[in-house]
Amino acid sequence: MLTFILKRLGFALITLICVLTLVFLVVRILPGDPALVILGDQASPDSVAALRDRLGLNDPILVQYASFLGRALQGDLGNSMVTGRPVTSEILNVLPYTLELTFAALVLGTVLGVPAGVWAAVRRNRIPDYLMRLVSLIGLSLPAFVAAIILMMVFAIHFGWFPVISAGNAETLTERLRQMALPTLALALIMMAYITRVTRSAMLEVLSQDFVRTARAKGVSPSRVVWTHALGNCLIPITTVVGLYLGILIGNSVLTEIVFSRPGLGKLILTALTQRDYTLLQGMIVVYTLMVVVVNLATDLTYGLLDPRIQYK
Amino acid sequence: MTDMAHPPAAPAKRRARLGLLRRLNLSTWIGLVIVVALVLAAIFAPWLTEYSPSKQNILHQLSPPGDGHLLGTDQYGRDIWARLLYGARYSLTIGIFAIVVAMIVGTFLGMIAGFLGGRTDIVLMQVMDVILAFPALILGLALVALIGATMGNIIIAIAFTATPAFARIARAGVMTQRDREYAQACRALGFSGPRILFRHIMPAILPEVMVMSSLWMATAVRTEASLAFIGLGLAPPTPTWGGMVREGYDNILSSFHLALAPSIAILLLVLAFNLIGDGLRDVVDPRLKDAS
Repeated sequence: MLTFILKRLGFALITLICVLTLVFLVVRILPGDPALVILGDQASPDSVAALRDRLGLNDPILVQYASFLGRALQGDLGNSMVTGRPVTSEILNVLPYTLELTFAALVLGTVLGVPAGVWAAVRRNRIPDYLMRLVSLIGLSLPAFVAAIILMMVFAIHFGWFPVISAGNAETLTERLRQMALPTLALALIMMAYITRVTRSAMLEVLSQDFVRTARAKGVSPSRVVWTHALGNCLIPITTVVGLYLGILIGNSVLTEIVFSRPGLGKLILTALTQRDYTLLQGMIVVYTLMVVVVNLATDLTYGLLDPRIQYK
Repeated sequence: MTDMAHPPAAPAKRRARLGLLRRLNLSTWIGLVIVVALVLAAIFAPWLTEYSPSKQNILHQLSPPGDGHLLGTDQYGRDIWARLLYGARYSLTIGIFAIVVAMIVGTFLGMIAGFLGGRTDIVLMQVMDVILAFPALILGLALVALIGATMGNIIIAIAFTATPAFARIARAGVMTQRDREYAQACRALGFSGPRILFRHIMPAILPEVMVMSSLWMATAVRTEASLAFIGLGLAPPTPTWGGMVREGYDNILSSFHLALAPSIAILLLVLAFNLIGDGLRDVVDPRLKDAS
């Protein structure tokens, strides 16, 4: 178990270094002098040269690379080229907003999606099944911003039940939950679509197996057969999809953040891109990669909890 | 190249293709009809509306649907129906071409990796895994922001995010086919590596690749629309569906139909590609019939 985790962490480190190298190269190959961007078109050549020197842009590229990699691996992602504040703290300021949104969407999507999938599988080729298949197909065809805008039109503007803006400045818990409700639902609907589909297909496969027939034959109650015996054997494919989709969810949160004017990683990366804040951009890419790597590792470890037959080597 | 030298697994292709057409199911047909209809609408846009997609008319700002304008006008007085029709051109072109590029490059790399194995395989797939270890939307976003939002660049950026998926599926396919009897027969006949790989193994893995392409076209359309919504799509006044949703969103309190119409268009096209992909998968792999 421990060797497995260490080995996976080793792979994660390699991936991270590859990503860092790629980012480092891409950012420097592309046109646009960051010093010029910071100072504006009107800056004198002297001040541009001075700033280039201060940012380390005049050092040989290998020196820049080595110092960048060394500091990044120690958690120091440098200072923002635009605001001058440490990149790590800029990211940590908004990270909780994205994490809370993603996590809430994940939980809600699972809570809605698993029963929907089970229901569809049990009522196979009947009205609930067709309904669930249609709904999940629409759900996974819905771009996150379209879902968010439709929810906003209906529940925030038409009915006025929830605030239009989710600025994250709520003071009470109820207000905070009300602000989070619609952005969470927008992402959860898409998550639910994926989970419903995988649950349904996994359930159909399990329900046709011999042990299910045996359980039924010996008089186990139908609901126990479905919810305990069969569903228990579907948890692995469901976990796979949840893990896979969590990465996409983290990416898609940028869209809901824009629609609901919510702070978060998505808003921050847009700022970094429009201002050509290279250091902030590098830092954010590291954080995104780290999150995906952590999610993948967590998924692998969950398999072992769900199925004791799985041995980590 | 004589007929006698042909190994056992070069089947009667024409018959197989006809059979595939006949086995297409309802879901594929619905998807195909929608896509073909949208392609026709995009091509014949000038015949389907008298308005220009970019001509502004300050006398008819934000007019409601009906009244000379089928779907009303936006805040610059531009006809929404016309913008939807012309916008279909960009969504379709980018969605389809990005995936065609990803399919060709990804399948090629995956096939090479699977066929050669060894160090080539490890290096190629490690690179693919690095690309995959990143949320696709964020990767596309960063690429477009850095290389500039032109049609070609958006296609390249989306293709880049989709390539690893094709490489993986092609590699897995080649690895199961590589040691089959027909491939060994080819080798025994002295066929060259490229000939075995591209003439004999490739037809066996193509159906799966086609299914993937259709599902990924859905994703590509969604990504293009998302980029345009964020403001990293083709520059205005080009009528992109995602950009139209963004402009509608800015006026959402006064006229919600501005955002609704292009939202439905995006949903329809993505849904159509998903229907085709789901349907084709049932045809290609009947074992998964209930997976959709």
